[in-house]
Parts: sequence; C-alpha cells; structure tokens
Amino acid sequence: MTESSLTMSVKPNVWQGGFSPFRISWGKLMMWYFLVGDSFSFGAFLITYGALRFSYESWPLPTEVFKSFPFLENVEVPLGFVSFMTFTLIMSSVTMVLAVHYGNAERNRYKVAKWLAWTIVGGLIFLSSQAWEWTHLITHGMTMKHNPFGAPAFGWLFFTITGFHGFHVFTGVIINIIILINVLRGVYDRRGSYEMVEKVGLYWHFVDLVWVFVFMAFYLL
Amino acid sequence: MAHEMQTAVSSPVTDHVHFQTVEGEIREPEHIPHHKENFVTKYIFSQDHKTIGKQFLFTGMFWAFVGGLLSLIFRLQLGYPGQSFPILETLFGKWAAGGIITPEFYYKLVTMHGTLLVFFVLTAGLSGTFANLLIPLQCGARDMASPFLNMLSYWFFFAASVVMLISFFIPDGAADGGWTFYPPLNGLREASIGSRAGADYWLIGMALFIISSLLGGLNYITTVLNLRTKGMSMNRLPLTVWALLITAILGLISFPVLLGAAILVLFDRNLGTSFFLDEIFIGGRHLDQMGGNAILYQHLFWFLGHPEVYIIILPAFGLVSEIIANNARKPIFGYRAMVLSMLAIAILAFVVWAHHMFVTGLNPFVASVFVFLTLLVAVPSAVKVFNWLATLWQGNIRFTPAMLFAIGFVSLFISGGLTGIFLGNSALDIPLHDTYFVVAHFHIVMGVSAFFGMVAGVYHWFPKMFGRYMNHTLGYVHFWITLVGAYLVFWPMHYMGLIGLPRRVWSLDAYQNFSMYGDMNRFMTDAAMLVFFAQILFILNFVYSIFWGRKVTVKNPWQSNSLEWTTEIVPGHGNWKGPIPTVYRWPYDYSKNGDDFIPQTEPYRPGEEKLHH
Ligand code: HEM
Ligand SMILES: [Cu+2]
Repeated sequence: MTESSLTMSVKPNVWQGGFSPFRISWGKLMMWYFLVGDSFSFGAFLITYGALRFSYESWPLPTEVFKSFPFLENVEVPLGFVSFMTFTLIMSSVTMVLAVHYGNAERNRYKVAKWLAWTIVGGLIFLSSQAWEWTHLITHGMTMKHNPFGAPAFGWLFFTITGFHGFHVFTGVIINIIILINVLRGVYDRRGSYEMVEKVGLYWHFVDLVWVFVFMAFYLL
Repeated sequence: MAHEMQTAVSSPVTDHVHFQTVEGEIREPEHIPHHKENFVTKYIFSQDHKTIGKQFLFTGMFWAFVGGLLSLIFRLQLGYPGQSFPILETLFGKWAAGGIITPEFYYKLVTMHGTLLVFFVLTAGLSGTFANLLIPLQCGARDMASPFLNMLSYWFFFAASVVMLISFFIPDGAADGGWTFYPPLNGLREASIGSRAGADYWLIGMALFIISSLLGGLNYITTVLNLRTKGMSMNRLPLTVWALLITAILGLISFPVLLGAAILVLFDRNLGTSFFLDEIFIGGRHLDQMGGNAILYQHLFWFLGHPEVYIIILPAFGLVSEIIANNARKPIFGYRAMVLSMLAIAILAFVVWAHHMFVTGLNPFVASVFVFLTLLVAVPSAVKVFNWLATLWQGNIRFTPAMLFAIGFVSLFISGGLTGIFLGNSALDIPLHDTYFVVAHFHIVMGVSAFFGMVAGVYHWFPKMFGRYMNHTLGYVHFWITLVGAYLVFWPMHYMGLIGLPRRVWSLDAYQNFSMYGDMNRFMTDAAMLVFFAQILFILNFVYSIFWGRKVTVKNPWQSNSLEWTTEIVPGHGNWKGPIPTVYRWPYDYSKNGDDFIPQTEPYRPGEEKLHH
C-alpha cells in the first residue's frame, strides 16, 4: 500500500462512501446488529413471561422457591445462591473488559489470555451453578409441567427462559475458548489486531445484561 | 516477532475481501489475492455473492413451482367440488381417495402453499436473490461484508427447504394448521393429523429459515453501511439498495420474535408446557395443559407477520422504482420522498400488528388506536404510487417485459392497497375478517404484486446474471396472461368475501347461500390454471435463455446509470477487474441536458446543475 493512498484528501462527511460511517469495522457492526436482533428474541420470551405472570392471581414467592445453597443442608438463604451466580457473571464481565483492554491498548498476548481465561472460568462457574439450581428444583418437584411452589407457569417459564439464557452463556463460553486458543497461538498478533476479542466481548456483555432482566423477572418481581 | 508487531498500533485491520482501517477508512490492497477455485467452491459452496444470489433464485423458483402447483390442486376442489379426478388418487393415494381430495389434505395444501410462497419464495427467493446480486454491485463493493456468513445463509435456507420437503413425505403428511400456525390447533399433537410430526417439521424448518434470513440480513445491512465505494453517499444509493437495506432491518427486528414463538410452540407440543394452551377439551377429555394464552401467540406472530408483509413488498418497491426510471428514461420522481416513505412504512409496520386481531376480543379502544395507525400506512403508500405514476408521466417509455411487469406491479399494488383501507377499519373488518375478501386483498397487494416485482427483476437483471437476454416475445405473452389471469382469479373473491364466504373451507356445499358462486369458482379455477401455464412458459424461457439466449454484447444493455453495469458483462469474483469506480452523482440522471443517460461514475461537468442533492 503506497503512502499516498493512506491520506484521503478531504473527509467532509463520513457518509460519503469509502468510509465506515460509525468508524468501526463491518465485523463489529455486524455483532451490534446481531445483538439487536437477539434482544428481540429475549424480548419475545420476557413479554410472554409478563403476559402470563400478570394474568395470574397468585404467583410463587421467589424467596420461597430460591432459598437453598449447595452444601448447606438446613440453612435457608433466600436468594443467596442466585446473588452469588449474578456476582460471578458480573465479575466475568469485568475480566472480559480487562481482556479487551489489554488486547486493544497493549496487544499483550499473555495478559489477554489470562483475563480471557478468567472470564471462561466465570462462565463455567455460572453454568455449573445453574445446573445445580435446576437439579435442585427438579428434585423438589418443579418441572415443565408441575410446580409445588404455586402456579405451574412459573416453572415452565423459569426453565425455558433461564435455559435460553444459559444456552447463550454456554455458546459464549465455547466461543471464548476458541478465541483463547487463537490468542495463545498468536493469531491476533499476526493479524495486527485484537478486534476479535472485542467482538466476543460485546457478546459476553450482552449476555450479562440480559441476565439482569431475567434475574429481575424471576427472582425479584 | 510478537513484540515488533505490538508497536504497529495503527496498521490496518484486514481480511481477505475488504481492507479496512481501525479509523474507518476503507482501502484496498494493491493486489487482490486470487484463490484457485474448483467446481465445488465455484458453484456449490460458493462465497461469491452473485452465485449465492443465483442459488437463492433457483431454489425460490423451485418452491414457486411447487407452491403454485399446490394451489392448483386445492383450487380443483373449490372449482369442481364433488367431481372426481382419478389422476389425483393415482398421485396422492389415500389423500385423494376416489379422486377427491380429503379435507385433511386440503388443509395441508393451503398451509404449505401459504408457507412456501410467503417465506420461501417471496422472502428468501426475492430478498435473497436481489440483495445478494445487487447490494455489492450497486454499492460498489467487491463482495458482501462476510462472504462466509453469506454462504451459510444460503445453506441454512437449503436445510430449511429440505426439512419442509421431507415433511410432505412422512406418513401423517405436512402441517395443516395455516401459514400463521395458530395454537391450539398447531400446539397439540392430538389436534389434527398435520399437527403430528408435520407440525414439528414445519417449526424446525421455519427456525432454520429464520437463521438463514438473519445471517443474510446482517450481511446486507453492514455491507450497505460500511462498504459503499467512494462517493456513494446514502442519497446516491439506487432505490433498490435502500429498499433492500430497510427490508433487512425489518427482518432483523421481527424474525427473532417469530423464532421465540416457534420455540414456545415446540415446547408446548413436545415438553408439556402450556404457553399457548388453556382449558382445552379433546374428545370430551379435559387436557392437563392449562394456564397459557392462545391470543398471546397471535400477538407474537403478527409482530413478525405484519413487518413480514413489508419484508416481501419492499424489495419489489426497490426493483420496480429502478426499472421504471430506467425504462421511462426519466429521473425517478421524488427520490427523497421514496426513501422517506419506505422508512415511514417500515416504522409503521411495527405498530399495526393488531389489525389482524380485531375479532379476538381486542379492547375496542385499543382497536381504535390500531385502526388509526393502520390507516396512516396509506399515506406513504400513496406517496409511492404517485411518484411511480409521475415518473411514468410523459416518459419515453420502453416496454420491455421488465417494464411491463413493473407497471403491472403498480396497478396491482393500487388495487390491493385500496381493499386494505376497508380491512383497516375495525368495524368493517368484523364481517370481512376470515372471508375471501381478505384472501383477495393480500393476494393482490402482496402475493401477485411482489411476484410481479420479482419477475420484473429477473427479466431486467438476467443479462447481468447470465450474460444473455431472455426471450422478449415469450415475456410479453407471459406478462399479459399473468396480469389478466391474476385479476380474473382474485377480483371475484372480493364479492364472495363481501357476502361472507369464509376462507379455509374445504367445501362450500355446506352453505346454501354460497352455491350461487359455483360457476364463478369454476371460472376462477380455470383462470388459475391458465396463469400457472404462463409461469411454465416463464420457466422454459428462463432455462432456455441461460444456455441459448441471445448473447449480451455490450456492458450496459439497458443504458442504465447504476454501477452494476460498469462491470464486465459477466463479472468474476471481485466484480471489477481494476479498481472499484468512484461515484459522482445519483443514479437517476436520465434525459438530462440532451444526454439520454449519465452513469454514476461521470463527474459533474462545469456548469451542470444538480437535479438532486
Ligand atoms: C393501505 C395499506 C394496507 C392496509 C390498511 C391493510 C390492512 C389489512 C388488514 C386490516 C388485514 C387483516 C384482515 C383480516 O384478517 O381480517 C390485512 C390482511 C393482510 N394484509 Fe394488508 N393492508 C395493507 C397493505 C398490505 C400490504 C402492502 C401487504 C403486503 C405486501 C399486505 C398483506 C396482508 C396480508 C398477507 C394479510 C392477511 C394475512 C392472513 O390473515 O393470512 N397488506 N391487511
Ligand atoms: Cu398487517
């Protein structure tokens, strides 16, 4: 590439063509738009939740349903475990921010790998916690059809929506692992950009953000 | 090595198709890497947008043929009730015992006809073909932003097609609960024969279809936004590109909602949940599945469903605008109004869905809000119609087959749009809902119109796709039979609907009142056969012309201004041999200052006035 082609004479308007109007690559743009679309499928689920929830006269009390903690047999900690899960997920977003930062600002392969690995650990902890919680509820009789705590709708909505979210976390972890391998192999050093880490970072933060709404729906309201 | 790389912070982010810096400027490498291609990468797992466009077109045409054939079979039943056609028994066995199709089979036919035509032909076949072919070529890009995802988009569509096709051949047959797939009919395995395995196939096929359409749409949007060539500002984009961009945005926002709804129906059917089920008796037995809400499904469905009808019609708007301006040899009238009206339609498309639900017990006050918003759609629609007519007005018109179909489109869109205004009034809709009036409305305004837009596009861009022309004489025959025939089929349906003839009924013998329409129904069936026959002419013309059509010898056979005609006659991967051209003007400088046309790549001459800013 010649030096002269590096300077565009005038840039009166970023919409003139030959230019990315938002100053981001198509890849990142595509990720943003994907997230817009994905938020609408979550939207469909959460609206379903809302519509059913408010057509019921009585609804299970979250503090009654979610009060167990692994390894603590006879203690009741209402919403204790889910607070731990939420905390883990939010922390994994923080570690993701660090991974993206060290990729963009320093291109430091080892630091990126380190923080990405922590993010994966966070995701795995979240997923195993969810697995424990599901198993616990199922053994206490809450299924897609029945719910000993009250309205059966609570059960099927809970499993469907947290399941859909868990599926997102799961794919996020898989993608993060692939990216981690690429980081370690130096793919992004050779490419001269760690943008890939940033893109999966966007996805990860989105999955986190959605959890806040899912959490609100089932555990707080 | 890694340490040296770390210092080059501002070096460009690259991939093999487009070279783009972090700051947003798009640059190309000196040498575009050329991959050796073999048969498989060139024609099957191709990443070239033009080939992918053709794949969508071929698959879409296949489904159009199948879907059209299905409608002929059920039209036979409507036109000739009680009459035996032994050939049907030969072909379909128990589904047409005694040569008369069974009610179950009738519902399968109607359901699959709707599904295939709405989604597989007029969504994937139309957007998939023309977004792929035209977006990179008319924006001035080497390919889509992500050729790989673009290829996946086609193969998901292919997989969806395979699933739908298989569903015809399973023992209980395909789904039969209507293209809108309302529960509880479709939410319970026991509800009907088609609600057994067929409905699961339908849902899985649709889920794959939605993934395909999202992968495609993401590419279309990012390509238009990020990869326009120098000088191709948004207000110099051909209206086709605008239309396809807005279509993709509509799809991105609405299809995920249908995906959600489809998953929930799958769960109701297979996991025992009751999202959409409540208080149902089957054979006197009260079902355990309780506590859901069937109307909720309709809200989710129509939140997609209404934007979907615009996903179908907007690409046709774009193609028709382009073809009309080109063949009237006149600048498109009201370019900006055309863009703004499409945006207005797109926004309104998300706030009118409940006009499909006026008789579901919707609160009358809420209904009145939806009436108001629905009738607002008439304003931008009328703006578009007037602009097309004004573009045609005193034009130096070349009546190519593409142009005829484009003009036919305008006629159909007006006819069908007018009946929309009837239906949009909730009070009028109460008697009209679920009658043949609705069938007439949406076939004319959407089905036949969008089909006309698509066919016009095929005639017009055929030279770009295959380097040959289609036969024009056959094209004229095709046009006149289709236009007249389509009106003959669908116009009488309005009157039948007005006196209350219900849609989705296997035999009208059950209603004394409607026997007076027996002759009319027979006539419509005959007209439908004629129209179908004309489409076979089209397919023959299409296939023949690919191999033996008259060869295109000039780069710009239609004397058009837009960029796709600056490439080689049949462009290779990468589209332009040399550098991508720069754009200096809008694409509608026709008949200006004594010039018949001035391509977008020509700089303004000294003193030349701008027709458009
Ligand atoms: C002036 C503009 C329009 C208005 C006011 C309008 C209004 C309506 C209304 C109220 C219905 C529901 C009728 C019922 O089921 O009782 C309807 C049905 C329908 N409309 Fe339109 N419409 C308009 C334009 C269009 C356009 C442009 C398209 C497609 C390109 C379209 C496609 C459909 C379809 C597919 C249905 C029937 C769906 C079904 O029940 O199977 N309409 N329209
Ligand atoms: Cu509608």
